[in-house]
Amino acid sequence: MNFFALLKDFLLQFLGLFKNLETLPVECMRLLREFLTKLGELCGITMPQWALDTVSALVLIVAILVTFLVLFALMSVFERKLLARAQNRYGPNRVGPFGLFQPVADGIKMLTKEDLVPRAADKVVHYLAPIVMVAPALMLPVFLPFGRGMVAVDLSVGILAFFALGAGTELAVFMAGWASNNKYSILGAMRAIAQMISYELPLVTSALVVALVAGTLSPTGIAEAQSGYFCGFLPKWFVCTPWGFAACVLFYIGALSESNRCPFDLPEGESEIIAGHLTEYSGFKYAIFFMAEYVGMFAVNGLLVTLFLGGYNAPFPFLEWVPTWCWFFIKLWAVALSMVWVRTTLPRFRIDQMMQFAWKFLLPMSFVTLLAAAAWYYAGQGPKAWMSPAAWSASALIVLLSYLLLGTFCFTRRHSATNRRYLFSE
Amino acid sequence: MSASSSNFFSGTADAGALEVSLGPHHPSTHGVFRMNVRMEGETVVKLQPVFGYLHRNHEKIAEKNSWLAAMPYTDRLDYICSGTNNWAYAVAVEKLAGIEVPERAEYLRVIVGEMTRLQNHTAFLGFILGDMGAWGSALMYAFREREKILDLFEELTGARMMLNYARFGGVRCDTPAGWLDKARAYLATYPAFLDEMEQFLTGNEILLSRLQGVGVLSAQRAINGGLSGPVLRASGVDYDIRKVDGYSIYPRLKFRVPRGEVGDCFDRFMLRLLEARESLKILQQALDQIPEGPVVNPAVKQRGFKPPAGEAYGRIEGPKGELGFHLVSNGTEKPYRYHVRPPSLINLTLLEEMCLGTKIADVMVILGSIDIVLGEVDR
Repeated sequence: MNFFALLKDFLLQFLGLFKNLETLPVECMRLLREFLTKLGELCGITMPQWALDTVSALVLIVAILVTFLVLFALMSVFERKLLARAQNRYGPNRVGPFGLFQPVADGIKMLTKEDLVPRAADKVVHYLAPIVMVAPALMLPVFLPFGRGMVAVDLSVGILAFFALGAGTELAVFMAGWASNNKYSILGAMRAIAQMISYELPLVTSALVVALVAGTLSPTGIAEAQSGYFCGFLPKWFVCTPWGFAACVLFYIGALSESNRCPFDLPEGESEIIAGHLTEYSGFKYAIFFMAEYVGMFAVNGLLVTLFLGGYNAPFPFLEWVPTWCWFFIKLWAVALSMVWVRTTLPRFRIDQMMQFAWKFLLPMSFVTLLAAAAWYYAGQGPKAWMSPAAWSASALIVLLSYLLLGTFCFTRRHSATNRRYLFSE
Repeated sequence: MSASSSNFFSGTADAGALEVSLGPHHPSTHGVFRMNVRMEGETVVKLQPVFGYLHRNHEKIAEKNSWLAAMPYTDRLDYICSGTNNWAYAVAVEKLAGIEVPERAEYLRVIVGEMTRLQNHTAFLGFILGDMGAWGSALMYAFREREKILDLFEELTGARMMLNYARFGGVRCDTPAGWLDKARAYLATYPAFLDEMEQFLTGNEILLSRLQGVGVLSAQRAINGGLSGPVLRASGVDYDIRKVDGYSIYPRLKFRVPRGEVGDCFDRFMLRLLEARESLKILQQALDQIPEGPVVNPAVKQRGFKPPAGEAYGRIEGPKGELGFHLVSNGTEKPYRYHVRPPSLINLTLLEEMCLGTKIADVMVILGSIDIVLGEVDR
């Protein structure tokens, strides 16, 4: 058997895979692994088991890296285009068709730019910060189920591992801020830490709500728990329940804050502190930060999709012919682009307002959703709750009442445009 | 300003305070402006404005040139509103030399002046949102409308920003055919834009919480600080030079002067919106009433202009406040003394007072709400 016969054989097998789109990505990776093994055999190398394991792990790693880096590249151009459209502009449209090659041009620019390190900077930490930032961000997607049976690391405590790794990026932000020896950088880093402490809590609590009802911390288990339909055609996604909707909104706000996006982009608020912790970074280090932020955003959005939006499940029974991994990425893009929408719409919070919002509203509200989820579970006797009026009304009542109470008494609305009077003199 | 000095202020820095030099190259200082800020955490405890980075020796240049040659230079003072700058200079010179201005010229001056005010206040709405971190959305829409006014300016004067329109005893050129109708038609669409802007902006919870109660200035302090324009009126002082002096044809036009009660950033923001609406009313009347006739007093010799010896202070209500020119003539073809009273600079005097105790993010909003242009501050 020569090389070309092997190639032809595998190409035919590869084309054969398109008969079943659902399993296409998984089978592709299996095929690639087999191809590499056979290629080794062809060259007269019999691979030991550990080498085979390494190869299969590497194939997986490369697949996830490529997927998320492509997502990042597409997002960087789509975000700019969408922002531009919202702002009555064209956006990037010079490089390639519809400006789609803009990320390539940006990458070349970033690579060829001078890498400036301030003389007074702590050079080692300054160098390490982007690495510490990007490594956990790129590790986050491995816990997410992209489709049925498509999860790189199927941990039973996947959610926990996700948050544990995700919190690591804040360390990098502080490293960057401290090592730059710049006052704007340190201000940005301090803001990042304050923001992390404030928003990690509601974020984790609202994820906990789902774990409570699904009875598992495994993302795959949570996605599976949302398969099926109630009333015949409505999706059993957690966002459709009263407690799930509240938790989803809280999680979304927390995700905005975790990925430092508007209106919580205080750590790099460019109108106040130039670029925060990124002030003293240029060239490829800056690009790495940028990439880490976007990959992190996609990862946390992926978790939101898994936790609340049914993961890889189709929204309606008649749409089940679409492969599950397509649904995951469709939902992922929907959430990511909604974040662009938020960014183009809202001004930035002030630091004290951001803290107040987190501690006085989001945190109590996330505890309330925990309570509402418990009420749902017990009033509806576990999995049967979807068809139980008691479960619906109990959890809806708890969420609504506490929202109104919190809004009226704890977080009073002091600001309005209508309480102002303007006098006119002729 | 040596590079080694870590302490901007006299006395020693206390532990825990962070001193930051915001500017001169900073995204939100509206030009090259610098604020030395001492902060405890994020709270401002001391603020010292530093300016002069854009100093171009404007006054001395004007004194070295002929009277007319200063006219295009005035465009560069507050480069957002050049239309009112050279109007103010013309008013001062006309007062000095006792020149009559033809009726049609007065109307044209009012039309250009109020359009200038309109586009300045529109741009302000975008700028202040940018200071709040709204990433340019409001700015782009504000600039879309501003560009259309600049198109009208271009057709009228040949320039979009540096109009150089006023002349001693009139204006430089008459309107092109159909310009008045075009202006009328365009301005008819403006209230809808302002309504939309107001609805979007004042309905935004974050905007309200960022503006209300921030940078409060009492009426007494505003008067003591010599403030003028919308910043003064936002504090509740009813003082508009268009009403007080009644210059040009303003007494003939029906319009109201809005004023706020609280004097915070939100009032200053709303005042711009309300004033823009009043400007629209003025424009409508002026466009309807404008008579035919000459646009410049033919008796005035523009080149080689020599006013009699004496001095005069002429002022108008610019979009940013009282814009005045103090001129002293010794009877030659050059001004003996040429002094500008820039509203941007004088409105800045109470910046520290407004900023103390606020957060660093508020400093940008307060600075934005004063609405300065560094070309006028530094001259």
